[in-house]
Amino acid sequence: MDVLPKWAEVVLIPLISLALSFLISAIVIIAIGENPLSALQIMVDGALGSTYGWGYTLYYTTNFIFTGLAVSVAFHAKMFNIGGEGQALLGGLGVAVICLAFEWPHWSLALIAASFGAMIFGAFWALIPAYLQATRGSHIVITTIMFNFIAASVLNYLLVNVLRPEGSMDPATRKFSEAAHLPTLHEMFSIIGIPFSKAAPVNISFLIAIVACILVWLLIWHTRLGYEIRTFGHSEEAAQYAGISTTKIILTSMIISGGLAGLMAINNVMGEAERLVMNAAEGAGFIGIAVALMGRSHPVGVFLAALLFGFLYQGGAELALWTSIPRDLIIVIQALVILFTGALDNLVRIPLEKIFVSFQKKVD
Amino acid sequence: MKLKMLLTSTFFSLGLIGSAFAEPAIIYDLGGKFDKSFNESAFTGAEKWKKENGGTYREFELQSDAQREQALRRFAEAGNNPIVMAGFMFATPLAEVAKDYPDTKFAIIDMVVDSPNVRSVVFNEHEGSYLVGMMAAMASKTGTVGFVGGMDIPLIRKFACGYVQGVKAVNSNAKIIQNMTGTTPAAWNDPVKGTELTKAQISQGADVVYAAAGGTGVGVLQAAADADILSIGVDANQNYMHPGKVLTSMLKRVDLAVYNAFSEGASLTTGFNVMGLAEDGVGYALDEHNESLVNAKMISALEAEKAKIVSGQIKVHDYMSDNSCPAN
Repeated sequence: MDVLPKWAEVVLIPLISLALSFLISAIVIIAIGENPLSALQIMVDGALGSTYGWGYTLYYTTNFIFTGLAVSVAFHAKMFNIGGEGQALLGGLGVAVICLAFEWPHWSLALIAASFGAMIFGAFWALIPAYLQATRGSHIVITTIMFNFIAASVLNYLLVNVLRPEGSMDPATRKFSEAAHLPTLHEMFSIIGIPFSKAAPVNISFLIAIVACILVWLLIWHTRLGYEIRTFGHSEEAAQYAGISTTKIILTSMIISGGLAGLMAINNVMGEAERLVMNAAEGAGFIGIAVALMGRSHPVGVFLAALLFGFLYQGGAELALWTSIPRDLIIVIQALVILFTGALDNLVRIPLEKIFVSFQKKVD
Repeated sequence: MKLKMLLTSTFFSLGLIGSAFAEPAIIYDLGGKFDKSFNESAFTGAEKWKKENGGTYREFELQSDAQREQALRRFAEAGNNPIVMAGFMFATPLAEVAKDYPDTKFAIIDMVVDSPNVRSVVFNEHEGSYLVGMMAAMASKTGTVGFVGGMDIPLIRKFACGYVQGVKAVNSNAKIIQNMTGTTPAAWNDPVKGTELTKAQISQGADVVYAAAGGTGVGVLQAAADADILSIGVDANQNYMHPGKVLTSMLKRVDLAVYNAFSEGASLTTGFNVMGLAEDGVGYALDEHNESLVNAKMISALEAEKAKIVSGQIKVHDYMSDNSCPAN
């Protein structure tokens, strides 16, 4: 079964996939008459060449870590949670409710409360499909997809009719109070005297995302619940034979998953926008699926894949700002990366396995 | 004396060179610049300025909300001046950014931002919609007309409310079928849904349909032309899309707003800038593509009403002033 050594599985396949996707992107860029090398340089400079670039890259990374972890946790229980988008939207609602309903004396208290608000709302949105799956057998893929649309409609209704300040045209809540402002990396670094771009939205949520990575790692590989989740994911029958409750695992894995997706809102809603806008999640829930697939559902992999997608987002924005490459092409590049790293896994794996097998035979 | 003149003229040309370096910039909203409607109209204005002045400008099409502030700051830091934004969604990030770049001039369309270096361009869409509503009622044989909105937000309800008032002003018994395409920003770019809604409205008897739906309107106009009824375009002049089938277009001169801002350059006057019927900021489109559909009686009625609105004799209710529409 294990033809490939671990390092090839974890490092080589993603890198080759990535190189292939960049190669095709380069061909497309040449085809529209631009220079792919200078395009790459703009992307690298724009995303990683300054604290400003890093600030945006890490901001997007934070979003993708949360949604990537969310998909990963569910995936360990063989639950394909496509609903990260909707859960993140609801998480935003949780943050907004907490931040608007009370006058917070200090950001740290607001952050703790908002985190719980985001997780509870996100988890609730995942709980309904999970319950239907566990007790009624409604397929989780279908229900979570549908719940994305319901979430968008619910938020739209609330933003247009309930939360919008009187006389405002923008379907968004009012701005959260100053006290709920999360410290950005600029503010945090300036305490220890390191200059960091003031404009970048990356904030303390990034550290929380790293903590979440560690907690998910502990949960999946070092707790009884994590063991049960993995057992269930590998074989439902074996799990039942071992006395693991199907309902319990489906519900808890989806609650954790939804909570993580919802938690993303402390970054984009509380940290960046500081108000709840329409469509706040902006596809991060879907990117999370690609991140989890590419990261092999492991927190370290998720972190690295999220960083890659953060780079693609920020680098793509710079590309659109300073060249005449249309934004649709940037989406094409991102899609190629997703296609190669997520969907066309076997394209690289099977030839690679053959190479390794023939190599092995020679050694034998 | 001669020397002084020479010096002044040198200064003058230097000044010109200096201002030529300050490229203006435009940021389009999420619909993208080729939406055949709002953003494209802004693009047209920018291109017109480019053609007439031979200058260059920077542009950016948004992919996500977080990029609003990012693009504003990047352009401001690169020295672009003025920076024009097409869309009300820029209001909140602009209010932040404008403070940090007091020497850069900004112009925002469709929203008011109170800052000394910002020009806020607001259109009286209800007035323009009122006039095309009148025309729809006059052209309708069934007495039933339709309205297809884009995303269900107050701005689009403002279009709808003006339209309803205009229709009722001509035919108080008219039936007006109103539909919104959706509740997410995807509703700005969903021509298939626009077609479906239009077909549904036609089956209910509508024979003139007004699309205020950005890119979705393409589907509305197509469905109306296919069913051989009339449609009304929006923002840009869309009469050419189906000659003889598009009754008129409710012009919202976003292009004019962008052109004006670019032309004024770094010396852009700031403050509140209303573009209503009086300023020719809104209106209805007449050209060779719809001349067979519009008769002199219609035009004289519309012009008479327009004069009354401009003089203040008739007040078209603005939905957004109190979030309700008395005509509904």
